[in-house]
Amino acid sequence: MTTLMAILIGCLYAAAIYMMLRRSVVKLVIGLILLSNGANLLIFTAAGLQRGVPPLIDKGQQMIAGAAADPLAQALILTAIVISFGVLAFAVVLIHRACEVVQTDDMNEMKGTD
Amino acid sequence: MDMTLLVALPIILPLLFGAVSLTLLKNHKAQRWLAVIGTFSILLAACALMWHCQQHGIIVLEVGSWPAPFGIVLVADLLSAIMVLLAAITGVATALYSLKTVLTRFERFGYYPLLHLLLAGVNGAFLTGDIFNLYVWFEVLLVASFALLIQGGERAQMEGAIKYVTLNLLSSALFLTAIGLLYGLVGSLNMADIAQRLTQVEDQRMVTVVAMLFLIAFSIKAAAFPLFFWLPASYHTPQVAVSAIFAGLLTKVGVYALYRVFTLIFNSEVEFTHNILLWMAVLTMLTGVLGAAAQFEVRRILSFHIISQIGYMMLGLALYTPLALIGGVFYIMHHIIVKANLFLVAGLIYRLRGSFELKRLGGLYKDHPGLAVLFLIPALSLAGVPPLSGFFAKFILIKAGVEAHAWWAVGIALLVGLLTLYSMMKIWNEVFWKAVPSPAPAIPAPGGNGLLYCITGSLAAMTIAIGLFAEPIYQLAQQAATQLLNPQLYINAVLGAD
Repeated sequence: MTTLMAILIGCLYAAAIYMMLRRSVVKLVIGLILLSNGANLLIFTAAGLQRGVPPLIDKGQQMIAGAAADPLAQALILTAIVISFGVLAFAVVLIHRACEVVQTDDMNEMKGTD
Repeated sequence: MDMTLLVALPIILPLLFGAVSLTLLKNHKAQRWLAVIGTFSILLAACALMWHCQQHGIIVLEVGSWPAPFGIVLVADLLSAIMVLLAAITGVATALYSLKTVLTRFERFGYYPLLHLLLAGVNGAFLTGDIFNLYVWFEVLLVASFALLIQGGERAQMEGAIKYVTLNLLSSALFLTAIGLLYGLVGSLNMADIAQRLTQVEDQRMVTVVAMLFLIAFSIKAAAFPLFFWLPASYHTPQVAVSAIFAGLLTKVGVYALYRVFTLIFNSEVEFTHNILLWMAVLTMLTGVLGAAAQFEVRRILSFHIISQIGYMMLGLALYTPLALIGGVFYIMHHIIVKANLFLVAGLIYRLRGSFELKRLGGLYKDHPGLAVLFLIPALSLAGVPPLSGFFAKFILIKAGVEAHAWWAVGIALLVGLLTLYSMMKIWNEVFWKAVPSPAPAIPAPGGNGLLYCITGSLAAMTIAIGLFAEPIYQLAQQAATQLLNPQLYINAVLGAD
């Protein structure tokens, strides 16, 4: 399962970089979305995949007996999703405004400040 | 009051003032007052934090009393305290400068709340002892900086902002990737705990891979070679006050993160990691200064010089000797004040002449000799002319380079100093010395420049003071460097000595 996830994450990263290298700013943002999703899945996988073992401590026990899913990784992903949602919403508005102001969605036309 | 709560103050205060400022969005007068009171209160808190850090060593606050390494900790060692103090100084200067320069329509769109939020993010990044929390603070300051960058909505701002946003989000994603892999390796997020556990990891090659991911992520944020392209594309586009605080603080958060991570966490394979850092430092210095030589717009020249100065700071980390780290910390202290000041002076030039283009400027020495002096002090300090602050900063670094036999790096550092002087003299000749180009540009002559002169004058006075009283500053940097070179001090402070 981990191998499969690793391949999937690799594909997401590759697709993201490919999209970011395209000239259209819309594809640029799609690339950013794929990248943040890839990173979230990577945290999920790197922390160790567990099926059907919620991290609940039995009554009267101090620690979890045996393997359990890592709740911290899920908390991290939740935080990262919220952050990337906010930031990407900003990015979408930005490219919308940029397309209005510059009158094109071609990155090659947007080099007035370089 | 519990002394450790002091660590949280530089984060809580700007968040608080930002929130209050946001509720009073319609009341411009109240917003301005809140900006001034808010930044001054952060300055007071930063001074108190600095004092306590010097007296009592590293201060640790376990947020919500969750014990480390399980909860989030805020840690103030001397480097953090120094950075927070410098951020506070820049914050005060920017807030005061904004009073006279920021247009009312930008105030209506939340300029001051964003400024508070930016400071909260910067201080949070300096003070946190948790690697994921560092990511969160990075995002806080990024979001605030995005919004500040595009206020105005002009074409250049949009074009610059797309590059700034894209590359910074890419860097954040790489940072997150590195955190995920690191967590998979050691199962902890507390930086002190990570540092301890990393030594027990069997596959040290994997550790180096993660270190390189952190290096790339932070190098983008610090605008180091070859990942700096977002900076010269965007830093000259927003309002001057925004440019100044960006130039002073934002890339330095990246530098700080490099210092923290490559002294505390990744210090086992120094020959490999710090050798790469050395090459990056040298190339950053060189490309930055050569880029500046090709520019003919004041703020663009200054933007490229940010890059070349980042190289010097990285050089201090790369050499990784006690003296080099002292030089690096000293350089950061000198640089933040000088760089913010140069942008503020550029803003004054624009106010008086209505242009940043060298060929349209001229004759300012004759009309405003005071401004000429105010430009010359930070400019010469940037180039490293004695007895100003930049001289000692460069001197310490170059001496450290000689002691480490890094001759290439020393040679290039000296050459870059010379080219910096050339760039500064180019601005001096074109803006201040040459005759007013004909036809003479229309002079808007807005009032209220006295306060702006006071701000840049105060920053210039600090530059001179750092140069004249280099010894106490040197000792401060030495204490900070000692803590950096003995990560066990940090680890013991966070996790308790055992």
